[in-house]
Amino acid sequence: MKLLVCVSKTPETTTKIQLTADGKDIDTSGVQYIMNPYDEWYALVRALELKEAAGGTVTVLNVGPADNDSIIRKGLAIGADDAVRIDVTEEKDSLFTARQIAEFARGKDFDVIFFGKETISYNASEVGAMVAEFLDLPYVGDAIKLEMEGSQATVTRDIEGGEEVIEVTAPIALSAAKGMAEQRIPNMRGIMMAKRKPLEVVTPVDYPDTTRIASYSKPEEKGSVKLIDPENMDELVRLLHEEAKVI
Amino acid sequence: MVLAYAEATNGEFKKVAHEIINYAKKTADVLGTECHALVLGDTPGAEDLGKYGAGTVHRVTSPHLEGFDAAVYTVAIADAAKQLGATVIILPHNSTGKNITGRLAARLEAGSVAGANAVPMMKDGYFTVTKPVFSGKAFADVQLLTDVKVISLAGNSIRIEELGGDATVEDLTLELPAPKTKVVKHQVATGRVPLPEAELVVSGGRGVKGPEHWDVITDLADALGATTACSRPVADSDWRPHHEHVGQTGVAIRPNLYIAAGISGAIQHLAGVNNSKTIVVINKDPEAPFFKAADYGVVGDLFEVLPRLTEAVKKFKG
Ligand SMILES: Cc1cc2nc3c(=O)[nH]c(=O)nc-3n(C[C@@H](O)[C@H](O)[C@H](O)COP(=O)(O)OP(=O)(O)OC[C@H]3O[C@@H](n4cnc5c(N)ncnc54)[C@H](O)[C@@H]3O)c2cc1C
Ligand SMILES: Cc1cc2nc3c(=O)[nH]c(=O)nc-3n(C[C@H](O)[C@H](O)[C@H](O)COP(=O)(O)OP(=O)(O)OC[C@H]3O[C@@H](n4cnc5c(N)ncnc54)[C@H](O)[C@@H]3O)c2cc1C
Repeated sequence: MKLLVCVSKTPETTTKIQLTADGKDIDTSGVQYIMNPYDEWYALVRALELKEAAGGTVTVLNVGPADNDSIIRKGLAIGADDAVRIDVTEEKDSLFTARQIAEFARGKDFDVIFFGKETISYNASEVGAMVAEFLDLPYVGDAIKLEMEGSQATVTRDIEGGEEVIEVTAPIALSAAKGMAEQRIPNMRGIMMAKRKPLEVVTPVDYPDTTRIASYSKPEEKGSVKLIDPENMDELVRLLHEEAKVI
Repeated sequence: MVLAYAEATNGEFKKVAHEIINYAKKTADVLGTECHALVLGDTPGAEDLGKYGAGTVHRVTSPHLEGFDAAVYTVAIADAAKQLGATVIILPHNSTGKNITGRLAARLEAGSVAGANAVPMMKDGYFTVTKPVFSGKAFADVQLLTDVKVISLAGNSIRIEELGGDATVEDLTLELPAPKTKVVKHQVATGRVPLPEAELVVSGGRGVKGPEHWDVITDLADALGATTACSRPVADSDWRPHHEHVGQTGVAIRPNLYIAAGISGAIQHLAGVNNSKTIVVINKDPEAPFFKAADYGVVGDLFEVLPRLTEAVKKFKG
């Protein structure tokens, strides 16, 4: 099986997001980056499990600058066979990112292209569906289970208040959510081997911007908390009804 | 024209469809144009969608729309938009929308914003849409630069209003491809409102100490008619199902009321819940970080406070 896992880079989850003084950008000074958790914990690990069961290769792919190599190497350390970075140095939107991935994957006969459910930075849940449309592939978003029997895939996806089971023939694309696999921590041997695994750098294709982020803002700070006597829950109910007007 | 994709939920038009049409109508008003709705399949009640702001409802029926296949739905929406001359297409940012929005944007090579939480505005000459980023730690104002634009709306972002009367329903004939996927099982729990749509949520953390104690959470949820949620370690320990896990790596929610009991308020937890309108925190530790993000706080033992609150809610509801 030939498997492709698209991995993105996001600020570490404890990062406090600060804006630059003009509010036009995120202040990235001091921000630590990680591999997007959905990509690392679920998409990559399920791809590795399928390869371990049925043979094949797992390629990790990132669209981004050379700084991202450390994240790509982590994917190799966890067990991917090789890696590709499409060398984009500016921050671009989802459609641009998807176009790059689609042009790279076109004609390469990947059986499954894995994405994460969403990035924890821009929270779009779009890139996977976009790549699928560009390549005319079936796509299942928020997949929590994937079983493969040859080219027959059975995918379970999360829906509001339940789940749906889908049968589809590879090649397919999907986005992985919690439940699909268990996080793997790279070991020393994996980290050493990762240094010698191939990382190909590919030139991006031209594609116009369809969106632009004009500015950012932060949520309003909450005023100070109103403390309620733990003996007097009637008072809390009254406040929720009369003051907050939520019940 | 602004085209709202009105999704039927289990065979009926409910909150999701009403929110999308309301939002599309408000978007149309900003642009000085009309709002139409698109219905895929033969769901009863299409004419009532006028109430939420759709002047005309276009209905497409086809056997290929029976099981949900995102590629087929995408062709239907894209072709309808082209035929009808829609310049903005609005979808829900839910499990259906997340399968379609990206495909649609790619198919139409349209700029898109997924998960918008406010009505678009014209700002500095650009059509601009605000969406939460970094799991709600910030908001981005995104300019859409293409002639055709795609927006998906996060649930609970606008309050539903009546904005019109009856709509005319017109059948639209489209050539649709056969689906490549087959839905073999579709299972939804009845009873509680699904978490992403819920207006009232009661959530428990490690402080509840084990699944055998969860009655204190579910009793309050039942009394309120709320949906239950939990922190990540609770789901990781299988005390509660994974789909209840809220936060940066779980479900992001924006209910009117979020009651958190025995949850410390880690930054990753807050990221998924801090867009809630009102937050109540119950914790025995007065120093718990969650109190800084709360509107109302109760310092006390949740095993005493929650049953008391449940009784107070029952009394209030009569
Ligand atoms: C409307 C919009 C405008 C943007 N404009 C800017 C901007 O002006 N400045 C700025 O700093 N950033 C910008 N970004 C961030 C952007 O470049 C993101 O990194 C990229 O678009 C993916 O984020 P997403 O949330 O769209 O991905 P999602 O659609 O949520 O990602 C889903 C999955 O796609 C895969 N994926 C996503 N990105 C990559 C990648 N780069 N390489 C490989 N796989 C990937 C991963 O598997 C990921 O889990 C923008 C994002 C959006 C949505
Ligand atoms: C990459 C990453 C992603 C993460 N994503 C998420 C996420 O999406 N969502 C999430 O929730 N977490 C997430 N976490 C975990 C997060 O950092 C915290 O560990 C977690 O939220 C803590 O859960 P908790 O509040 O239930 O437990 P604890 O932090 O253990 O807090 C328990 C609280 O209960 C209180 N308590 C105990 N007994 C009682 C009692 N009898 N009455 C009242 N109060 C009591 C205590 O005072 C304490 O404040 C993530 C972590 C990482 C590293």
